[in-house]
Amino acid sequence: MKKTYKIEVDCANCANKMEEAAKKTEGVLDASVNFMALKMNVIFEEGCDHKEVMKQVLKNCKKVEDDCEIYIS
Amino acid sequence: MNKKQKKVFIRIIITVIIMTILPFIPIKDNIKSLLYFIPYLVIGYDILRKALKGIINRQVFDENFLMAIATVGAMLLGEYTEGAAVMLFYQIGELFQSYAVGKSRKNIGELMDIRPDYANIIRNGVIEKTDPDEVEVGSIIIVQPGEKNPIDGIVYEGESMLNTSALTGESMPVNVHAGDTIISGCINMTGVLKVKTTKEFGDSTVSKILDLVENASSKKSHSENFISKFARYYTPAVCYGALALAVLPPLIRMLFMGLSPEFGDWVYRALTFLVISCPCALVISIPLGFFAGIGGASREGVLVKGSNYLEALSKTEYVLFDKTGTLTSGIFKVAGIHHSSLSDEKLLEYAAHAEAFSSHPISKSIKDEYAKEPDIKRVSDVQEISGNGVIAKVDGISVAVGNAGLMEKAGVEYIECHEQGTIVHVAVDGVYQGHILIADVIKPNSKEAVASLKKCGVKKIVMLTGDAKGTAQSVADKLCVDETYSELLPADKVKKVEYMLSEKTKKGKLVFVGDGINDAPVLSRADIGIAMGMAGSDAAIEAADIVLMDDNPLKIVKAIRIAKKCMRIVYENIYFAIGIKFICLVLGALGIANMWLAIFADVGVMVIAVLNAIRALFVKKI
Repeated sequence: MKKTYKIEVDCANCANKMEEAAKKTEGVLDASVNFMALKMNVIFEEGCDHKEVMKQVLKNCKKVEDDCEIYIS
Repeated sequence: MNKKQKKVFIRIIITVIIMTILPFIPIKDNIKSLLYFIPYLVIGYDILRKALKGIINRQVFDENFLMAIATVGAMLLGEYTEGAAVMLFYQIGELFQSYAVGKSRKNIGELMDIRPDYANIIRNGVIEKTDPDEVEVGSIIIVQPGEKNPIDGIVYEGESMLNTSALTGESMPVNVHAGDTIISGCINMTGVLKVKTTKEFGDSTVSKILDLVENASSKKSHSENFISKFARYYTPAVCYGALALAVLPPLIRMLFMGLSPEFGDWVYRALTFLVISCPCALVISIPLGFFAGIGGASREGVLVKGSNYLEALSKTEYVLFDKTGTLTSGIFKVAGIHHSSLSDEKLLEYAAHAEAFSSHPISKSIKDEYAKEPDIKRVSDVQEISGNGVIAKVDGISVAVGNAGLMEKAGVEYIECHEQGTIVHVAVDGVYQGHILIADVIKPNSKEAVASLKKCGVKKIVMLTGDAKGTAQSVADKLCVDETYSELLPADKVKKVEYMLSEKTKKGKLVFVGDGINDAPVLSRADIGIAMGMAGSDAAIEAADIVLMDDNPLKIVKAIRIAKKCMRIVYENIYFAIGIKFICLVLGALGIANMWLAIFADVGVMVIAVLNAIRALFVKKI
C-alpha cells in the first residue's frame, strides 16, 4: 500500500535525513521525501497498520530532525 | 515571508543594530566582550538549542551542531565579534535559502495550478457548484467563460474558444462546438458550454497530470543520489579533519619541533573548517535544479515523470519513432489530386457527391477535404461496388469513383500514381479525370524535428512501423530518418528495441516515441518512453516516462534541450560548490582563510547555487 503525506521541513539535508529515518522504520517497505513538493511517499509492508507505522515514522524523524512535521491525517 | 521567516528577520535586524552600536559604547573592554553574548544569543539561541537536542538524540554532525561548536569555540577564543557575526550570517543565509526555495516552490506550484475547484451542474433548474469528484459519468456540466473545464467530456451544446496552454504549452486557442471532445484543464474563453462527461474526475486528464507531476520527484536521479551520499560522508569527514587540525599540528610542534603549540591559532583554523563543512548548498541546489527543470518543461507541455528521466534524456543517443501518430498524424487525408483536367475543386465536388452515401473511411476523407455538405438531391442511381468503389449519377452525369479495379470494369484507362497511399481514381461521363491520393499525412513539424534532433547530438534516428514497406520508405525518405523497419508486429518492435539497446554505447540512452494502442510494452522497455498525450491511449501514457501534451514531435527536441540545460546547471552547481568548499578548506588549513571567508564558502555558495538552480525554470527560448 502506498500513501502520500504532507510534511514540513526547512532544509534539504534534513529532508534526506527524514527519508533515511522513514526507510528504517519497521513496517515501511520504502519511503521517499520530496523536499520541493514537501511530500513524503511511503510504501507500507503488507498487512500492517499504516497509522501506527506513521506514528513511529514521525517519532524517528523527530529524532534526526527536531524541527520537522508530518501531517498524518 | 511566512511567520517563521518574519521572526528570524526581526531577530536579524535586532542583532545588526546591537552589533553596530556596541563598538561605540564607552565601557571597559572585558565587560564589552560579555555584552557581545547578547546579540549572539538573540540570533543563535535556536541553533544552540537544536544542537543540544541533536547531541541528546545522537545526531551530531548536523549543521546546527557544526555552527554551535564553531561559534562557541570562537567566543571562547575571545573572538566575540566573529562568533556573533558568523551566527548572524548563517541565519541570513538560512533565511534567504528558505525564502528562495519557498518562492520557487510557489512559482512552480502556480504553473501547475490546473486543478479545478468545482463543477457546475444543473439541479432543479438552477446552476449549482459541486465537488467535481461527485459528478457521475454522463452528467451534463456547464462551463462558463473564464472557467476551467473540470472533467473530460463531449461538448453537448454551445460553441467556444478554448485556451489549452496550461496543458499543452500551445498558446493558440482551439475552437470547439457540439460533438467535439473536450479535455479537462483547458480554460473556456468565449461562450457557455454544456459538456456531457465521459469520465469520472479521478480518471480525467487533469487529475492524471497532477498525479503525475506531484509524484515526479519520487524517482531520483543519479546526481541527486550522488549528492545525498556525498553529504553523508563529507560532513563527518570534515569534522574529523577539524578535530585533527586542532590537535595534531600543535602536538607535533610541541613534541618534535620544540616550538610553542599555539593551540589558539589551530583551534581557530579547525573552527573555520567546521563552518565550511555544512553540505547544504549542494543538497539544496541539486533537487531544486531538477524541480525547476521539470516545472519549466511542464509549462511547455512536456510532462516528465521523474528527475532520473530528465537526466537520462540529456544523454539521448538513439531516438526510435513509431511512425503512425508520432511522425504522421495517423489520420487519413487527401494528400494530393493528380492529372486532373478539371479544376481540383470540381473533381473533389464530383467525388464527394458520388460518395455522399458511403460510410467507408476513404470516402469520409474525401468528404472532409470537400469541406461542404454534399447536396444529396444532386445524386441519384448510386451503385456501391464492394471492394472497388462507387458509381453514381451527379447532376445526371455518370461518375465513377474507386480503385484501379473499378476503372478496369468501367473500361476507362487510368494513370498509376508514383506516390504511396490509397489511390482513388475518378472518371466523369466515362472519361478519366485523374486521381485523388489519400495518405496518412506527415505532421508539419516532423521534418524539422528529425533535423533538429540530429543537431542536438542524437546519433541515430530510426522509424518503426507496422505499415507496408513502400509506404514506410516514402515517409522515411521525406523525413531523412537514418533507418526504417517496416511490417513489424508489436512483438517485433520490442525485439528491435532490445537489439538497439545492445547496439548503443553504454552511457547513451535510447528513446522510444509512440502514440499508444500497442506501444505500452515498447515504451516500458526503452530507456525513456515518450508518449503522445493527446492522441495517445491511457495505457501508453501510463507506461511512458515522458508525456507530450500536444502531439508535436518538435517538443521532443525541446525536451532534450531542457534536459541538457538542467543537467548543465546541476553539474555547474556540483563542481562550483564542491570546488569552492575544497579551496576554502585548503586555505583554512593553511591559516589563510578566516571565518569570514568560511561563511562565504557556506552561505554565499548556497545563495549562488540556489539562484543558478532557478535558471532551469526558464526554458521558453531554448
